Amino acid sequence: MSSAPRYWREIPYRYRLEASLCERCGSKFYPPRIICPNCKSREMKRIRLPKRGTLVSYSVVYFPPKGFELQTPYVVGLVEIDGVKVVGQITDVLPSELKIGMELEACFRKVRVNGKSGIIQYGIKFRKPEKRDADESYVPIGVR
Amino acid sequence: MKPAREVGIVGWGAYVPQLRVKVEEIADMWGKPKERVKASIRILEKSVPSMDEDTATMAVEAAQYAIQRAGIDPSLLGAVFIGTESKPYAVKPTSTIVAEAIGATPRVLAADFEFACKAGTEAVQCCMALVSSGMINYGMAVGVDTAQGAPGDDLEFSAAAGSAAIILGSGAESAAIITASVSYVTDTPDFWRRPFEPYPRHAEAFTGGPAYFHHIVSAAKLLMDEIGSTPKDYDHVIFHQPNGRFPAKAGSILGFRKEQMQYGLVVDKIGNTYSASSLIGLCNVLDHASPGERVLLVSYGSGAGSDAFDIIITELIEEKKRFAPLVSELIGRRRCISYAVYGKHRGKFILPSDKGG
Amino acid sequence: MQYMGSIEESSYSHQTKVDNLGKSLAAIVGLGMIKVGMHWSKSIRELAVEAGLKALDDAGNPDVDAVYVSNMASGLFCDQENLADLIADYLALTPAPAVKIEAACASGGVALTQAVAAVASGVYDTILLVGVEKMSELVSTEVTNAIACCLDAEYEKFYGVTFQAANALLMRMYMEKYRVKREAFGEFVSLMHQNATKNPYAQLRFPVTVEQYLNSPVIADPIRLLDCAPVGDGAAALVITSTKKAKKVVDNPVFIKGIGQATDTISIKDRVDPLFLRSVSKAAETAFQMAGCSIEDVDVVELHDSFPFVAFMAMEALGLAERGKAYKLLENGDIKPGGKLPINLSGGLKARGHPIGATGVYQAAELSLQLIGEAGSLQADSPAKALMVSIGGVASNAAVIVLERGD
Repeated sequence: MSSAPRYWREIPYRYRLEASLCERCGSKFYPPRIICPNCKSREMKRIRLPKRGTLVSYSVVYFPPKGFELQTPYVVGLVEIDGVKVVGQITDVLPSELKIGMELEACFRKVRVNGKSGIIQYGIKFRKPEKRDADESYVPIGVR
Repeated sequence: MKPAREVGIVGWGAYVPQLRVKVEEIADMWGKPKERVKASIRILEKSVPSMDEDTATMAVEAAQYAIQRAGIDPSLLGAVFIGTESKPYAVKPTSTIVAEAIGATPRVLAADFEFACKAGTEAVQCCMALVSSGMINYGMAVGVDTAQGAPGDDLEFSAAAGSAAIILGSGAESAAIITASVSYVTDTPDFWRRPFEPYPRHAEAFTGGPAYFHHIVSAAKLLMDEIGSTPKDYDHVIFHQPNGRFPAKAGSILGFRKEQMQYGLVVDKIGNTYSASSLIGLCNVLDHASPGERVLLVSYGSGAGSDAFDIIITELIEEKKRFAPLVSELIGRRRCISYAVYGKHRGKFILPSDKGG
Repeated sequence: MQYMGSIEESSYSHQTKVDNLGKSLAAIVGLGMIKVGMHWSKSIRELAVEAGLKALDDAGNPDVDAVYVSNMASGLFCDQENLADLIADYLALTPAPAVKIEAACASGGVALTQAVAAVASGVYDTILLVGVEKMSELVSTEVTNAIACCLDAEYEKFYGVTFQAANALLMRMYMEKYRVKREAFGEFVSLMHQNATKNPYAQLRFPVTVEQYLNSPVIADPIRLLDCAPVGDGAAALVITSTKKAKKVVDNPVFIKGIGQATDTISIKDRVDPLFLRSVSKAAETAFQMAGCSIEDVDVVELHDSFPFVAFMAMEALGLAERGKAYKLLENGDIKPGGKLPINLSGGLKARGHPIGATGVYQAAELSLQLIGEAGSLQADSPAKALMVSIGGVASNAAVIVLERGD
């Protein structure tokens, strides 16, 4: 997992959720595919998935693979975005808050770090969308 | 100092990570009197990054909100500048990570700025210059930090994490016009970090008078003198906020009333977000501002210097507010963690280097 | 070995190309197994050679035309690639051709289909198939990493998704959709452990109660420790020869009547109907078509139960139960020893163990013992036809094989 080119070549998909759209049958795929498994067309167009999706299933990982020990426990999920399913981590969430069907949004996070001197690998994770209920009663104590 | 062509803020966005550590929790850890600490720094809790957050990810969050408010395609950004003192890499630009993640690459000028806590505002100045010269149409400046205080040091009570992104563009598209900006800089070693050292050092009380107050007050006066304004002309004022006490005192030295600082001060709930500090204050002001209001922004970076900005809110402010979370919403979305969890997240323990820390 | 007549038209577009439907494709004339477990004192080559020699001895040491090795991750587990050559060499079989076949957890089943196909084609008369996996060289996080390599490395494993977690995503969907209670899985686990107590080759030869299952530690919620097959080392081997030659080699060959293999998307995210194991269903369809029989004709089954819910879904894909109703087969006692269709008399992956690449070969060896009536205290009541289902990845690959007693 320490290879820079291996990380680098996935950047458009891992950073920006770039996917492919089959121009013949309209199927979408993430990560992009060269040939459509539904209609075998090779006319695939690059698209960007939207940020919002819903949780289809999830798991809380207590026994991690090497390289994820310090993140444990962490949540992984299957998220449906615009008809396309994506597997990734759900971040900034307590396991008790997880509910199938809940709305999630993609966010940009650190996925793993290659030791002290290797590259830092970023990618998309999912989280609960930002709430829009402002705490308007809030007055800074500095001016009280 | 005054841009050749009218330049303003076409989009803004802040980001505050959801985790908080209460000042009391840190005081307990070191056996310090909680109430006295809280009263002295006027901070209740500070925001800290999740384990998977760093300067790059927090910059992306704020940048995306700013783009939402600007309503532009990110590929139109001619510059992406990241002002920070907590770069994920010692050598490798953070700005390229951010530009790539938001979709601004490849036709873009990307650079990392460092000037302690004022790297974000100097990035704003540079974007102003590029836009007003006509070299670019839009430029984004991000002030962002995951600040570190040494365990047990005074800074540990306040060193926080956050980011704010400002997209500069032509005056006609702006929610706020920046009419003028000035910088005031001297070589004043009040706070520093040498290479390979994990935590910064500071000169304690010396960080006040000759450092923070001298530069903030001088820059503010310089700007007001040059453009002929006075404190009473402003509806809002924002200062760099390393704690709650310093900006309040700077305001009173300059003759500002508490009400003028109402929205510009957010430090008590999130701590000192370093390069993001004054810019998050600005974002909160923009979240609450009305057309025609005038804003004074003065940053401070140790080492030392201040950037001052004269800003006038336009009619476009209202329609842009709703396109991204407000600072008050980001502050309201919070989860407190213990000092132990904080220590784990921030690598304060000696951790094995090969286990994904 | 009689011709079974024509097969009904199938909707399956990839119909078998074998034209002697119902005939035997090849025969198993020798087998060898090693008890699954943590073999601290044995290397991968020692395990493989030991099982290989047992099988060769069992077959009376015939000439071997080729060595097939099934293994998933010798490179990751043991730093050993070119494994087939190593094993052929240490079995003193060079210069016989040797090849390693890898299809994740289905390696054993897939390698068997390949060996049978090669013999049926007439290219080779006799093949030694050795399935081996040595998992105990690594610590647990490294083992978890190695197993997760059967997922999409860049879009699942990259994010810390383990094999258990990927299955957990599916298990949660299964439980949500069909309202299957955890206790049902516990009953299956309990049955597997009970069966394994009688299997001398099993890794976990102790009973487990439903209560113990329910209280075992969470690995990747909702998957618990006792949902998982244990980590272990193992090797099993088969001597496969042509139908024509079989009876000349041994008196009691086991005939392979049908082989089927099918794939599905590597990730469950790309499946239209993730709760139906299409790979298993398609592979079974092909195998039965070739064998000229159906699941109704089968007397005993070894089924890939990497997790109890996978066993349930596999039973449903085989048509043994309606979707979401496999638990009823347990309630009715159908799959218990002495039941209508005993499943995993060996104890299954759950309790016999799951030395990944070797597992499918164990299944074939265990079923062969059943068919020749030498399964000891595990013995079913004189079964004539047996079925093995080998599954790889999150059911992204499956091999199904129909075996028959050679009377």
